[in-house]
Amino acid sequence: MPVLEVKNLSKNFGGLKAVNNFQLTMEEGEIVGLIGPNGAGKTTVFNLITGIYFPSAGTINFLGEQINGLPPFRICQKGIARTFQNIRLFKENTVLDNVRTVFHPRIKYGLLDALFRTPRFNAEEERVNREAMEFLAALNLADRSAHKASGLPYGDQRRLEIARSLACRPKLLILDEPAAGMNPNEVSRMVDLVRMIKEKFQLTILLIEHQMGMVMNLCERLVVMDFGQIIASGTPDEIRNNQMVLEAYLGKGATVA
Amino acid sequence: MKISRQTIMLLILAAAFFALVKGLQFAGVLNAYWQLVLDQALVTVIGALGLSLIYGFTGQFSLGHAAFYGLGAYTAGAIDIVYGNGNIIFFFVSILAGAALAGLVALLIGLPILRLRSDYLGIATLGFGIIVKVGMDNANKLIPVLGGATGMSGTPQTAHFDLIFILVLIIILLVRNFVFSTYGRACTSIREDEIAADIMGIDTTRFKVLAFVLGCSLAGLAGGIYAHRYPFLHPASFDFLKSFDFLLIVVLGGLGSMTGTIVTAIGWGFLMEVLRAVLGENFIDWRGVIYALILIVAIILRPQGLFSGKELGLLLPRPLQTGQGKERSHAGTGS
Ligand SMILES: Nc1ncnc2c1ncn2[C@@H]1O[C@H](COP(=O)(O)OP(=O)(O)OP(=O)(O)O)[C@@H](O)[C@H]1O
Ligand SMILES: [Mg+2]
Repeated sequence: MPVLEVKNLSKNFGGLKAVNNFQLTMEEGEIVGLIGPNGAGKTTVFNLITGIYFPSAGTINFLGEQINGLPPFRICQKGIARTFQNIRLFKENTVLDNVRTVFHPRIKYGLLDALFRTPRFNAEEERVNREAMEFLAALNLADRSAHKASGLPYGDQRRLEIARSLACRPKLLILDEPAAGMNPNEVSRMVDLVRMIKEKFQLTILLIEHQMGMVMNLCERLVVMDFGQIIASGTPDEIRNNQMVLEAYLGKGATVA
Repeated sequence: MKISRQTIMLLILAAAFFALVKGLQFAGVLNAYWQLVLDQALVTVIGALGLSLIYGFTGQFSLGHAAFYGLGAYTAGAIDIVYGNGNIIFFFVSILAGAALAGLVALLIGLPILRLRSDYLGIATLGFGIIVKVGMDNANKLIPVLGGATGMSGTPQTAHFDLIFILVLIIILLVRNFVFSTYGRACTSIREDEIAADIMGIDTTRFKVLAFVLGCSLAGLAGGIYAHRYPFLHPASFDFLKSFDFLLIVVLGGLGSMTGTIVTAIGWGFLMEVLRAVLGENFIDWRGVIYALILIVAIILRPQGLFSGKELGLLLPRPLQTGQGKERSHAGTGS
């Protein structure tokens, strides 16, 4: 059974067809890259999958179950977590609290346990603290746990967003430009990081990225969008030599450099 | 049950405060008038903590907190006038009934409105406050005991400093336990970024409603206690300016800080009495101007509030040993 199955997905904003008849099937353990020029509709696809927008048409199935129409928090609880192109952390909260917050749906104590600090509450909070620290450690943020999220340097904020989404225990992780604004050195570290978390947490990963070094290195398969539509898909090598893709990125008449 | 060191320290501090007040009473420094001011300030602490949950921790702007305070006061007062006889049991039954009614009404208002991802709550609660005020002014036409525009009197004055103090302490502990739990984290995540919270698996509507209902219940509880400590309830005590009082306390204390709310609520009560003493009769007329001035000065001097997001160590949970030093967890500011 495919992890993700998107069929005939469309989204209109007024007259603008931001996404038009988009298709995507992902098998377990795949890393797929979604690329395309600015405004192609990539983030809109992510917003449709995670339930921020309702599709104008089409269906989205996750592990065989239709999820379009569900509110975002339910989709997350089913096993899809994401990061944001423009980082959206809980800024004024601590790094640790950013991660601990998303444990909520799996917490095994009730309101009364919390209000009266029962043994069940204490035990469960201890577990949450321990596991949250493990996620932070995996992303090299353990020593920042007490800092305010907004006080972290940019790269740390990107990694905290990843730590937070991993703490949702997703099966499908979708990353919106995780390496945006990073230098080649940092990009290659991000590539290693994505590989590491994929193995460690057994993830299927869908990734938007403009940094070609990142997608070409990481993805087994690429889907290219332009003006809301898929214009090409295939292995990185196939995409590299695809005339339509070059035109979309560089304009008509472009040739392989 | 394990009681943390922080809780023990907090109880010691509370005991010291209690002893200080008792000492002042014994020495005759704290006369009946200032005792009433102190008791009412403590009642305000409970109501303000309610708004702190709603606005300071969950980021939902409410302009009608006094209406819920009033609902609690009138409900508890009326129950005790009709059924009570000065017995302490009726005090508890009636204040819990007041809190429950305020919470129920908050649920009815919150459910439709808090579904929306926007600031309609401010408008809705403002409107609700006006409706409640009109209702209080005319309540005697339906239920004579409520007194209408001339006010209601006759509630047994069962509450006194000792009782109020213990109730405040219990509420502080409960609010602290709420804030530093998965429920509090869900609430602050909504304040920080509602869409991100939703995407990360938090049922935002549910927690906005929960915070609103709990916060309004605390207002109702505070109102019920007030009715048992001040013999004369008047609709004007629960109008928009009173809602503004609560709002100022929470904002000036610093959003997302229980410490700030508690300290400011008590300070505010005394400040108002001092101003009343200085300005005499004119105080009522000048109240609005004074509020505005205090707000402007505070925004210029300390826009983030007195304690913005910081807590007295005693209110924090047991620090986490992370290996890399101690965690100074706090719930963050709302600014
Ligand atoms: N909420 C919205 N309302 C109206 N138009 C929107 C909305 N969201 C996106 N769009 C439009 O839809 C188109 C696709 O936007 P989208 O953000 O999906 O592009 P993208 O491929 O992620 O681009 P980038 O690489 O710059 O992030 C753009 O023209 C954008 O202006
Ligand atoms: Mg985008």
